[in-house]
Amino acid sequence: MSQFLEISGLCAQIDADGQEKQILRGVDLSIPPGEVHVIMGPNGSGKSTLSYVLAGREDYEVTAGTATFHGQDLLAMEPEERAAAGLFLAFQSPIELPGVNNANFLRTAVNAVRRARGQEELDAVAFLKMAREAAKALSMAPDMLKRNVNVGFSGGEKKRNEVLQMTLLQPTFAILDETDSGLDVDALRIVAEGVNRLRAPTFSALVITHHQKLLDYLVPDRIHVMARGRIILSGGPELARQIDQEGYTKFLAEVA
Amino acid sequence: MPAVTQTREAVEKLGQSTYKWGFETDIEMDMAPKGLNEDIIRLISSRKEEPEWMLEWRLAAYKTWQAMQEPKWAKVAYPPIDYQDAHYYAAPRKKPGPKSLDEVDPELLRTYEKLGIPLHEQALLAGVEVPEGERMPVAVDAVFDSVSVATTFRKTLEEAGVIFCPISEAVKEHPDLVRKYLGTVVPAGDNFFSALNSAVFTDGSFVYVPKGVRCPMELSTYFRINARNTGQFERTLIVVEEGASVSYLEGCTAPMRDENQLHAAVVELVAMDDASIKYSTVQNWYPGDENGRGGIYNFVTKRGACRGARSKISWTQVETGSAITWKYPSCILQGEGSVGEFYSVAVTNNHQQADTGTKMIHLGRNTRSTIIAKTISAGRSDSTYRGLVRVQPKASGARNFTQCDSLLIGDQCGAHTVPYIESRNMNARIEHEATTSKISEDQLFYCRQRGLSEEDAVGLIVNGFCRDVLKELPMEFAVEAQKLLQISLEGSVG
Ligand SMILES: Nc1ncnc2c1ncn2[C@@H]1O[C@H](COP(=O)(O)OP(=O)(O)OP(=O)(O)O)[C@@H](O)[C@H]1O
Ligand SMILES: [Mg+2]
Repeated sequence: MSQFLEISGLCAQIDADGQEKQILRGVDLSIPPGEVHVIMGPNGSGKSTLSYVLAGREDYEVTAGTATFHGQDLLAMEPEERAAAGLFLAFQSPIELPGVNNANFLRTAVNAVRRARGQEELDAVAFLKMAREAAKALSMAPDMLKRNVNVGFSGGEKKRNEVLQMTLLQPTFAILDETDSGLDVDALRIVAEGVNRLRAPTFSALVITHHQKLLDYLVPDRIHVMARGRIILSGGPELARQIDQEGYTKFLAEVA
Repeated sequence: MPAVTQTREAVEKLGQSTYKWGFETDIEMDMAPKGLNEDIIRLISSRKEEPEWMLEWRLAAYKTWQAMQEPKWAKVAYPPIDYQDAHYYAAPRKKPGPKSLDEVDPELLRTYEKLGIPLHEQALLAGVEVPEGERMPVAVDAVFDSVSVATTFRKTLEEAGVIFCPISEAVKEHPDLVRKYLGTVVPAGDNFFSALNSAVFTDGSFVYVPKGVRCPMELSTYFRINARNTGQFERTLIVVEEGASVSYLEGCTAPMRDENQLHAAVVELVAMDDASIKYSTVQNWYPGDENGRGGIYNFVTKRGACRGARSKISWTQVETGSAITWKYPSCILQGEGSVGEFYSVAVTNNHQQADTGTKMIHLGRNTRSTIIAKTISAGRSDSTYRGLVRVQPKASGARNFTQCDSLLIGDQCGAHTVPYIESRNMNARIEHEATTSKISEDQLFYCRQRGLSEEDAVGLIVNGFCRDVLKELPMEFAVEAQKLLQISLEGSVG
């Protein structure tokens, strides 16, 4: 079955000070188009690692398994090719780029992706108009576009900036790695609305979170629980509420 | 550390690009035989129809040079230079000084096209008037090897009373001015290379801005080193009188070649009371190939004298080219309350070596200086920032702020910061900050995840690193410089 996103038996390790450290130990996951899936799981279980591997970070070595996106071998693509193909990762810890103007960065990114997708590039005026509207919809202060990428941004501002980038890059598949952590209640709603605006039959998302709150706004289709580098359990939205109340211990014990 | 390995691998993977501006213009040459002696100097002087005093000055400099040793203190290494194995004079055979573009050799115009001289500057070269209220026009004095072959906007400048011409012409037409200032900031015997330059300098620019005049346009010179084995000895003198100001742009690229070429320029700036000089350079001479073969040796002496009270001299440089760079644009802050600034970006890649920096000599009271130096090293290159801040006993209230930042790309390059601080006045305040960083894997991955290629990502990060300097450049140059930074790191960067 060739689905939208198809991950099968994915294993990945990292070279940590000369020692190979296995992190992903056979991840199976498939996400159909138009759906929002959630991954929950204890700290250190490999959620961010999975998002990095899907986005193409080279530090992680894939030792087994496959990942296809629209039937294409995702793992064979460069990170920028994956971005052009429609994959977006909102980082758990967004990176600072000193001296790089945020608007300039965003425009360079948007035009790189547009070029790769065979679309016309945007000139500075058209882009700025679009970016300002998108920033406003996320209740971001206008000067955020003029500042250096993530430099001196508060935790919440960084997360909003990730969502701004997502809005402008118009991905078909977005991974949001704990985009909700560090957000105040209002910001949480604004960010969720940002994601909801992208929802379409051709858009899917993988949302990594520790909290039920975001899911109240997002209304996910499926919940997956990750532990020790594997998806150990999947279920409907009620699973998230159960975890929120009871914690992971019970589920971990069940599979152990 | 995995991150380091990653970067290095990425660097190697990207492979090597070729120098984008490596081409040679085929124009008939008038060339002196190889070698350096009094006869050659007499030949240069007579070819240029110089007055007797100029020849005497050259010959005296030559005597001084003969008694000097090539300096060895810089952190650069190169095989010994055979000063007898070069031509010291080469000129396009066409008559110099065409008055319109039609008279300029079409080969030369094509060269400029390939160099990517901005369109509006080509238009200016072509004599197209810029409508009122638009950006400040740029006057281009094109130095093609040894003789200036095209000079534009002379009239507008003349009307303002500004003299902007080849120095060889100034020697004949404004001998009093030239004699008064030439060698007063950089004496012939200042150093080995300045002595050599003084003996054999071929051409360069002369700028004179009279009292109270704001130069109505930015003055720009594009230098090309074009003839095989011709050392180029540029000589530039800029004098700005009381209350006057000028912005001077110097930019250069050179054709690809194998033999190392010596370039030893001397630039002298003089600023009187309340005068200001902004001198911007984008230097992109051939750096040699990825194995360190070929490339320009760039041994430059640039110095400005803030003679008047509240005068200001500002050096901004973006140095991406040359196999070896030895260059310390300096300010002598003599006038009370005078200001010296040095903003520098130096990029080295492959086997390039750069030893560059500045000297701020505080002589007068309440003099101020600012140094912002950004060094980027990639490949197996080596870069040294060498800066001297000296405060003399009379310079009460002198202030200096120095910021030196190094960015390393890969783990086979080197960056060194050598600050010399000499304060002989208790009231002086000197601050020095230095940082060294690497382009992180996180930053690269973040950019690539957003769709940028690895090279674009590096370009963006490097430009961000250099922002404080690039913003000092005039608009025309800033855009060019950004492109240059990215191009010069291509093929060696991850
Ligand atoms: N570069 C690395 N070097 C060494 N260990 C790493 C590296 N990256 C990840 N790990 C380890 O892999 C494991 C999984 O990390 P990961 O960040 O994927 O967890 P996570 O599920 O996202 O956790 P959290 O909920 O805290 O964000 C952790 O034990 C982590 O320490
Ligand atoms: Mg995580």
